[in-house]
Formats: sequence, C-alpha cells, structure tokens
Amino acid sequence: MSDVALPAARARSASPALLLLRRLVRRRLVLISLFILLIMLVAALGAPWLAPYSPRKMDIANRLAAPSAAHWFGTDEFGRDVLTRCMYGAQLSLSVGFLVVVASLTCGTVLGVVSGYVRQLDGLLMRITDALMAFPDILLAIALMAALGASLTDVVIALGTVYTPRVARVARGATLVLRELQFIEAAEALGASDRRVIVVHLLPNLLSPLLVQGTFVFAFSILTEAALSFLGAGVPPTSPTWGNMIAAAQEYMQNAAWLILAPGLCIVLTVLALQAVGDGLRDALDPRLRRLT
Amino acid sequence: MTRYLLRRLAGMVVVMFLVATIVFVIAHVIPGDPAAVMLGPSATADDIAALRTRLGLDASLPVQYVQFLHSVIRLRLGESIFLGRSVTQALAERAPLTLQLTVLAAALATLIGIPIGVLSAVKRGSMADQVLTASAMAGASLPSFWIGLTLIEYLAVRLHLLPVAGYGPPDAGILERLTYLIMPAIALGIPNSALIMRFTRTSMLDVLQEDYVRTARAKGLAPATVIFKHAFRNARTAVLTVIGLTVAGLLGGAIVTETVFALPGVGNLVVSAVLRRDYPVIQGALLVISGVYVLINLGIDVLYAVLDPRVRY
Repeated sequence: MSDVALPAARARSASPALLLLRRLVRRRLVLISLFILLIMLVAALGAPWLAPYSPRKMDIANRLAAPSAAHWFGTDEFGRDVLTRCMYGAQLSLSVGFLVVVASLTCGTVLGVVSGYVRQLDGLLMRITDALMAFPDILLAIALMAALGASLTDVVIALGTVYTPRVARVARGATLVLRELQFIEAAEALGASDRRVIVVHLLPNLLSPLLVQGTFVFAFSILTEAALSFLGAGVPPTSPTWGNMIAAAQEYMQNAAWLILAPGLCIVLTVLALQAVGDGLRDALDPRLRRLT
Repeated sequence: MTRYLLRRLAGMVVVMFLVATIVFVIAHVIPGDPAAVMLGPSATADDIAALRTRLGLDASLPVQYVQFLHSVIRLRLGESIFLGRSVTQALAERAPLTLQLTVLAAALATLIGIPIGVLSAVKRGSMADQVLTASAMAGASLPSFWIGLTLIEYLAVRLHLLPVAGYGPPDAGILERLTYLIMPAIALGIPNSALIMRFTRTSMLDVLQEDYVRTARAKGLAPATVIFKHAFRNARTAVLTVIGLTVAGLLGGAIVTETVFALPGVGNLVVSAVLRRDYPVIQGALLVISGVYVLINLGIDVLYAVLDPRVRY
C-alpha cells in the first residue's frame, strides 16, 4: 500500500520550478528550441576557443570562397571565415538581447508596480507609456541612436527604452489583478507595510507573466538590433553582429549568397526558438490557455 | 458615442502632447552642441553660431520647449538642414509612396493571415494546423530586410521577374510603379501576416468553443456557414485589434523596407536624416508617424462599435 502511494506523494512535493520545467520539456518544439538556444549560447561564449579562425584574420587570396570543409559557411569579402564571425556575432547579438531584457524588465516592473499600486500616478505613467508606444519600435530606436551615439551601451539604452513600456503594461495589469486578491488583502489587514506586500507577496507572483514577456522582449530586441545594424545606426561594423554582417554582405550577394544566408539563419533560429520557448512558458504557466491550444 | 469620441479625442491630445515632449527630449539629450554635430568637423565657428541662431538653440531650454510646442501646434516642423526645404514639404513629398507601400503590405498581410488563421483554428491539432502555426512563427522571426534581400536576389537578379529596386523613371505609369512595390510589399507583409494569423487562430479557437457555435452545428448547418456566419463574425473585433497593432509594425517596417529597396518614401527620409543628423527632419518624422498611429488606433476603436453591436460607448 505504502509502496504505491509513495511515488504520487513524491511527485506532489516536487518544486513548482521542476514541475514547470517538466511541462515545458514535454513539448517537442520547446525542447528543440531550448537545444537551439543552448547551441547559440555555447557558440557565443565559447567563440574564442571553439571558432576555427580569428574573426579579424583576412585572407584576400581566399575572398568570397563558397562553403567548404575548411570554411563551413564560406568566407566574406576580406576572406574572413563566416562561421567564426557568426559565432562572435552571437556574442554581441545575444548580449544586446540579454541586457535589454534586464534593463526593460527592471524599469518596466518598477513603473508597472508603481502604476498599479499608487493610484495618483497611474494616469500619468500610463499616458507616458501610451506616448512611447505610439512610436514604431524601430523608429524610436533609430531616433534615440541618432541622439545617443553608436556604442553597445547606446543600443541597449535605446532598445531598453523601446521595450520598457511593454513590460510596464504587463506588470501593471498583473498588479491590478493581484492586489484585489484575498491573500494581498489578508497581508494588508495583518498590517504588512506596502513594501512588504510588494516585495514578499506581489513580486513573486509577477514573475511568471514577466518571464514570458522577457522571452519575447529578448526575441524582439535581437530583431530590432539587427535592423538597426542593417540601417547603419547600430553597433559599428568593426565588431560583427548578425545584423551588420548582413548589411555588409549586400554588395556581394550576387556572387556569395551564403554571406547573408548564414547570419540570417542565426537570427531566424534564435528568434524562433525564443518565441517558441515564450509560447511554451505561457502555456505551461496558464492552464486555461493549455486547454485551448 | 459622441461623448466617448470627445473623451478619446481629449486623450489623444494628451498623448500627442507627451509625444511632442518625448521628441523634444530626444533632440536635446544629444551630447555636445547639436549644431556642431549636424555640420560635422569641417564647420567653422561662424557656421555653427549661425545654425544655432537659425534653430533657436541660443534660448534657454524651457523657452525652446515652449517655442517647440507652439510651432508643433501650428504644424510648422521647421527647415531641413540638408534638403533645402521645409520638413513638412519633404514629408508630404514622400508620404504617398509610403502610404501605398503600407496599404499594399497590410492588404497582403490580412489576405494571407486571416484565411490561414481561420483554417488553422478549424483544423486544430491537425498536421495542417501544426505546419501553418510553425510557419507563422517562422514568418514572425524573419527580419524583413533579410526577406527583402533574398527576394531581390532570386526574383529580380536571377529570374528577372521584377525590377531590383527604386521606384522607376519619373514618367512611369501606375502599373509600372506597382511592379516596383510588389517585392517591398511582400517583404513587409509576411512578418505582419504571421502576427495576424496567430491572433486570428486564437480568437477563432475561443469563439468556436462557444455554446451558440455548438447549437449551430447541432442544427445541422453547413460547416462553412457555421465558421463564417457564426464564428468568424464574432472573432472579427479581435482581429481588428491585431490589424491595429500591425499598423505600428508596418510603419516601422516601412523604414527598413524602403531602405532595402531604395524607395524614396518617408522611411528612407528618416534613415538618411539619422545618418546625416538632420534633427529637424527626425523630429518631424517622429511627430507625424506617431500622430498617424494614434489616429488609426482611434479609428479602430470607433470601428469596434460599428462591427460589434455589443460594444456600446
């Protein structure tokens, strides 16, 4: 009897994080996506050791060479190895995405919680987010780049400004729902300070919607960064990103299609994987949606 | 309805005022002297001083802010530094092309996105649904400039089906012009169609679970009638929302697409203004594009009431 009951009891005692992970991995698409992201991450972090060549090593005799055993993704207009540059590009493109997620989640959560909690500020803060969201992403980003400069930090500031309002909206919405719930009311009735209610009761419950939103912000900022680089308003071309590799490859496209294919595929695979993980997370966290799709 | 409209218009004025403030802030966070940045390193001190005076940069910031708001209200967006004409004029010259491009792309995105979304929802869980949903996700992950470059390479350079880029000779007719817009509209439409498809699918799935849909099926109505007369009619408002959301994507995407295809539209104007640091043009474009966006969203909210009798303001 007790032998039979034991596994069930153990499953019930599994941590919520573990349950979530199990639900996620059960979907094949999410599993594949996580694998793709892992490969990208390893390629980016391990570039100095794993990359077959140096990202700046030129080989003019061997320029615009088609993909071969020596150069899997071919070489570019200076004879530099495209695979190597894609790996170093992953460093920058993924760092931009990650830093934008950190920046916009931090600022957006603060704005959203304040807006949902302090009624007097709600109207003003939400109109400001409305105003910021009235600019198309790329337009606001490029205008900010024109004002700020062209360093990695500037790109992160520009994209962080673009995506903060989106996070703020989600955080505010969730805060408004949560603060009407009984456990928050109970905490307030017990005399918990606003700070305690927010930090101990509210923030942990905001985690899952913010996590989902963070995945999408990651995906969008990789796309927008690529577009900025393509337009010549991103990180300077001396350091490779997926976007500026495509921009530089434009002229040679006719003779060397692999030059835009390789970084393009990196962008598509990463963004696709991030979106699939985001969708998977949302479904795993929201049982109602899981039933529907 | 009238009261609702008035309230929305008032809200719009507030948002536009904040938009103008943001635009002013962006133009004034530039490190250093904007006049010196605009004229470049070869400019003399006299030139810079002259430009400072012309742009009103000698006044204090609050004074500049009030002057800026005043000129925005009168729709005077200043003079371009490089184009030798007013910003309003430059924008007006470029706007028709961008309008054509975005309308074409929006039409394409809707024509692809809605039927596929409906199909995918009706055949939920099937192989077709999985393939379509996955392709939509892939479509939304493609950078539009990458689609554009690939289209140029295959349709124009290799197969010679369409012109490579540009907008044709000045005397080109409407049909000839249209051939120049086909690839840009596809490049801009595809990522947006993916968004519309996914949203249509989700709202159709919602509606298809409703009791009245089951009743309609039980009555023995043809599946097509149930889907289009009963279900889709009620998913329309949700779809309208997402079309409204894609407007921002289209206006932003046009900036990139016009650069890829060398189309002389507003987007192209913005990019060259950014690269040359032509701040009056950047400011003007920011104001006009966000204004268009806010107006379209207001229009969509009004359309809700027209399409869905349950919505009453």
